[in-house]
Amino acid sequence: MNIVELAVRKVKAFDFKKFFKDEGALITFIILFLFATFKYEQFFTVLNFKNVLRQVSMLGFVAIGMTFVILIGGIDLSVGSTLAVAGVVAAKVCSYGVAVSIIIPILIGIVFGLINGILVTKLKIVPFIATLATMLAIRGIAYIATGELSVGANSASESFIQLGRGFVFGIPIPAILFILAIIVAILISKKTRFGRHVYAVGGNEDASRMMGLKVDAIKMAVYALSGALSAFAGVILASRLGAGQPVAGDGWELTAIAATVIGGTLIVGGVGKFSGTFFGVLIIGLIQNMFNMQGNLNVWWQNILMGAILLGVVVAQSQTGKVSKA
Amino acid sequence: MEATKKMTTSTNQTIDWKLFFNKYATPVLLVILISFNVVFTPNFANINTMWNILIQMTTILLTALGMTLVIASGGIDISVGSVMAISSIISAKSLGLGVLPAILVGLLVAAVCGLFIGLIIAKFKIQPIIVTLPMMIGIRGIAQVTNDSQLLNFDSPAYSFIGTYKFAGNIPVQVLIMIIAVAVVYFISNKMAFGRYVQAMGDNYRASRLTGINTFLVIIGIYVISSALAGFAGIIETARLSAADANAIGKLMELDAIAAVAVGGTPMTGGRPNVIGTVFGVLIIQIITVAVNMNNIPYTYSLVVKAIVIILALWARRNK
Repeated sequence: MNIVELAVRKVKAFDFKKFFKDEGALITFIILFLFATFKYEQFFTVLNFKNVLRQVSMLGFVAIGMTFVILIGGIDLSVGSTLAVAGVVAAKVCSYGVAVSIIIPILIGIVFGLINGILVTKLKIVPFIATLATMLAIRGIAYIATGELSVGANSASESFIQLGRGFVFGIPIPAILFILAIIVAILISKKTRFGRHVYAVGGNEDASRMMGLKVDAIKMAVYALSGALSAFAGVILASRLGAGQPVAGDGWELTAIAATVIGGTLIVGGVGKFSGTFFGVLIIGLIQNMFNMQGNLNVWWQNILMGAILLGVVVAQSQTGKVSKA
Repeated sequence: MEATKKMTTSTNQTIDWKLFFNKYATPVLLVILISFNVVFTPNFANINTMWNILIQMTTILLTALGMTLVIASGGIDISVGSVMAISSIISAKSLGLGVLPAILVGLLVAAVCGLFIGLIIAKFKIQPIIVTLPMMIGIRGIAQVTNDSQLLNFDSPAYSFIGTYKFAGNIPVQVLIMIIAVAVVYFISNKMAFGRYVQAMGDNYRASRLTGINTFLVIIGIYVISSALAGFAGIIETARLSAADANAIGKLMELDAIAAVAVGGTPMTGGRPNVIGTVFGVLIIQIITVAVNMNNIPYTYSLVVKAIVIILALWARRNK
């Protein structure tokens, strides 16, 4: 057997189907990226990349939490409402310093997450309905607490505003935090016991329970994590806008679910990865960026195209045997 | 033998209350809610309030009836609000063709949406929530483009008939529409083979395939029914208002419908469709909205109340 034959065999051994199946989000991202590069002159610029990264980072935090929740076979519809409450609280307390305006909203997010966790584990309400209820209630709290008005951040609290608008080494701070969060999430999912437990619970809850895993505690932790990350997204958004808005984050739960699913995480739980979610978030940011550069698309056409693209990606993935656990 | 039987009956009797609440949580909650409002809400115990509640619950009920079948089959359809919008605006736009054609066109558009959704779910075997999410976004977009997102007013007494007519000067036409719709969906889900297929798929999808149920056609049927009912709801709402607003109509309707179905006792993971339960669920959701309005409590508080009631209802029947 000569070396050419060996090489051919090696190439054949490379499983394209598996590659497409595992890296669908990456491939979709590259295709969209190349398309945007050739179509729009202003696309391939450092400034644009910075803007896109900053814009998607808030969705990114929410999507990381959502990925954890979906991995355990749950869903969290309350993320957008949690984001709103956190933003409002952050704007209200920002004059006490940047640390306070991060920690207090995150604690509130954790409490909301724990409530979701209790509803799902102790009261045994299906996650969709439990978090639908908390989504309504938490949004109600955001409106009631603010009288449905936007809460301006104290303009003296420069460091708080910098959180959303500032740069470190020329990179937007939210983007740095998002990338750090993704790396941490990848490490948690691959290298820690908690990460393996998350996959186990999502893969087969009964089996996990029989193996002695504390399924309820794991679920509580995951919902708390989702609440904390959504709250953090709310803090950054409030900092960027210079105000906490009770309407913020409306519909984000759906965008975050879309990003997670595009990233290849199965909605039934147990299968998925955070690098996929990273590209899922970037894909959504890229599509929105292209809409902006096109300039002549009104928001309705953007919705039609967004729907069509999402549907196309989902169908394409299902064809590689990915989302086929229906 | 006889003794064991007696023993089990007697143990059953001791936990009778628990069983009772499990089974009748929704009606009990409804009775509590109504009694509470009769006592505390001024003018609640009034025939006009009742007609109002009935008129306003029509759209939720129609969508929730379709959603009952969808959820019983183990699926979910979050595009119903957008389907309401598209059939509303297209039906209003085609009023030039005549009243009946306009209604039929609206229904047809909705049914085509359902056909498309069902085809994708059945053909590609994708989880329904993932299919109906982009559909929800895209269909709303199409509805808005149809009339440049402008409010479309029209003056057509014949068309408005299906939204505003009152029998004997009092009973809204919606009551008749709801009775027929509930009867039809009840018949489909409890008396027809189709209903048993839906339940079988919700209980065990694989087994239902293996026993020879044509799951492909059943799935398409379910989503066509769901979308057509949503479209019909959109048309009635359009007729009632004599205007079509693609931005507003059916917004968040999917959540109210899903909540009503869940409160009504159809298992969210699929299984027996509880059509009558859904009617109770819709009543509960609607009475909360109306009562909050009548007490001049801000809308925002109704969100919190709704959330608490949804959780109470599902908690009460958690052991089922």
